[in-house]
Amino acid sequence: MTTFHVKGATLPDGTRRDFFVENGVFVDSASNATVLDADGLQALPGLVDLHTHLREPGFEQSETVLTGSRAAASGGFTAVFAMANTSPVSDTAGVVEQVKALGDAHGYVTVRPIGAVTVGLEGQRLSEIGAMAQSRAQVRVFSDDGKCVSDALLMRRALEYVKTFGGVIAQHSQEPRLTEGAQMNEGALSGELGLAGWPAVAEEAIIARDVLLAQHVGARLHVCHVSTAGSVDVIRWAKARGIDVTAEVTPHHLLLTEQLASGYDSRFKVNPPLRRDDDVQALREALADGTIDIVATDHAPHPLEAKECAWDEAAFGMVGLESALSVVQAAVVDTGLLSFADVARVLSGAPARIGLLDGYGAPFTVGAPANFTLYDPAARSVFGVEHLHGKSVNSPYLGRELPGRVVATVHGGVATVLEGLLVEELARG
Amino acid sequence: MKHLLSTKDLSRDEAVQILDLAEDMAQAGTREVKKLPALRGRTVVNLFFEDSTRTKISFEAAAKRLSADVINFTAKGSSVSKGESLKDTAQTLAAIGADGVVIRHHSSGAPRVLAQSGWIDAGVVNAGDGTHEHPTQGLLDAFTMRKRLHGDASRGRALDGVTVTIVGDILHSRVARSNVWLLETLGAEVTLVAPATLLPVGVDTWPVAVGYDLDAAVAAKPDVLMMLRIQSERMNAAFFPTAREYSRQWGFDDERLARLPAASLVMHPGPMNRGLEISSGAADSARSTIIEQVANGVSIRMAVLYLLLAGGAA
Repeated sequence: MTTFHVKGATLPDGTRRDFFVENGVFVDSASNATVLDADGLQALPGLVDLHTHLREPGFEQSETVLTGSRAAASGGFTAVFAMANTSPVSDTAGVVEQVKALGDAHGYVTVRPIGAVTVGLEGQRLSEIGAMAQSRAQVRVFSDDGKCVSDALLMRRALEYVKTFGGVIAQHSQEPRLTEGAQMNEGALSGELGLAGWPAVAEEAIIARDVLLAQHVGARLHVCHVSTAGSVDVIRWAKARGIDVTAEVTPHHLLLTEQLASGYDSRFKVNPPLRRDDDVQALREALADGTIDIVATDHAPHPLEAKECAWDEAAFGMVGLESALSVVQAAVVDTGLLSFADVARVLSGAPARIGLLDGYGAPFTVGAPANFTLYDPAARSVFGVEHLHGKSVNSPYLGRELPGRVVATVHGGVATVLEGLLVEELARG
Repeated sequence: MKHLLSTKDLSRDEAVQILDLAEDMAQAGTREVKKLPALRGRTVVNLFFEDSTRTKISFEAAAKRLSADVINFTAKGSSVSKGESLKDTAQTLAAIGADGVVIRHHSSGAPRVLAQSGWIDAGVVNAGDGTHEHPTQGLLDAFTMRKRLHGDASRGRALDGVTVTIVGDILHSRVARSNVWLLETLGAEVTLVAPATLLPVGVDTWPVAVGYDLDAAVAAKPDVLMMLRIQSERMNAAFFPTAREYSRQWGFDDERLARLPAASLVMHPGPMNRGLEISSGAADSARSTIIEQVANGVSIRMAVLYLLLAGGAA
């Protein structure tokens, strides 16, 4: 394990100072340290993604725990929560322990599996939530993401039951009947393009129901990938009433709009779909005022053949780990809505708190685990496949100029990215 | 023009040019020898991922009258039904040496994906894609209106001030979309009439008037009344309660026909559900252009293939 002396970094609070890392934690000083020149660089706590699809087991042609971990590290992440829609589904202790073990073995990031709420994501019966919570994977976040827990009674029971283990339900809010065959945001453009619409109300109605359920049973609810201005209103209302709800937005919903669907390029097909410019603005403001708590990537890798086809035949989803920080900078930092202190909160502190992940409460303080990233906000480049380090290249940003560059990432005192390049052999002690 | 994917892409001049060229083609069709040598040695592939006898034979007739070699490729019973992708099919056609691809696909936007893909360098004609567009149908409808309204003085003219009412399943209709954009470009005034369930969200942003009442639309004495087919699969998806109720409210029956001015045209893109959206009396009346539409379809498709494959202006 390397000892680091990081020189002249700007910390999230704006102060500029040196800091030191030894034996995996921040220390006051260290001798014989490897010097990282951070002049002009922004230091951020290690980023935490509450919403990643690592695809293993079952869909290794799209991504594996290793390739997804490397993609994450290259984007400045030191921890990811892996969604449960694997095959077999992560609905038993055995599967979640396997995913965690793979993450630990590769070491690029901390991998925390998310457990399925229902068996096989089928929305019929609760999965073995207690067994997953008590397994070595210590699952605390449960989600059927990709599918909505649409049955109101089952959702109520799930919210109540996870309280037993201090967990949280992360809901994919999508009323299934209102979105049968849905392809893109429902509005004037979907009508013109002849693509079946995914109406905003299908998201907002489920969120409204779920916050009321959470209030009724006194449980904690997390809303995945909020995409509409109406959803923001509902969550704002719920928070004002003291309901224990948190919400996330993806980088792509902060930057991209439905207009991108007009060429039928399926790289822009995602669920929930890209929305209107008004929604993008509302989401940015909600992130700035705290109505939306975190940014999570919904990194969704797919092989080429799943996207090289007609729009309605293509898979939903886009990769996002490698571009997240740059997109957040472009959408909300460069526009003056968020500071880097806010970025540290929405991409590290808050997601760790929601996911009950230890070690992210007091970054850069002596004794805290050394998870951090050094980021150059002044860099600009055209985003290309060379920026992608997972298995899949279904990024909506290819060919687009984005700000920022991850220069270094350190996970538990181990460098995973140095000088902008992934470290191939991790030097772990 | 390299491809014809949508009527929305057409300028007024381009649209009138296609209609005028179709006049030439129609005239050639009255000669004893109907065949023109324009596309001799060129290969046109009819790539149909969806059943359609009418559109396919119309394009086939058009290509053959221009002396092109025609290959018909239907998805049913071919490798496509065994899971071959659009990409592989397109690359196969490129290897065979197709100069033009006429594609009908169940997915909206598939012709555009094909045209932009780089998988094949042929001109692409959209022969109907999902619920998006059917541009040659829009063109042949405009041609039919112009011919009926202006007769031999049609050349060079658009459809300024012509009132067109389109009735039926606007939500799922590619014919309606292609007509709306093209008719607006040509200066016509379009009204859409349907139950609210069959109008797309956002239709208020379209360049049309919208109504729910067919009787009011008939009373407004439109120059053209265009009835759209009601697909049987809509019946069970809560778009309307029963076929009988639909027919009573939005069917063009003999009684409504009697109230329509004698000079108004009755159009239908076919195939018709007689007795549902249109009565036999209306379909077969002197005001009906339904058979002309089929004949004009060949002229329009000849014009389009000629423009795309023989290169540039007529």
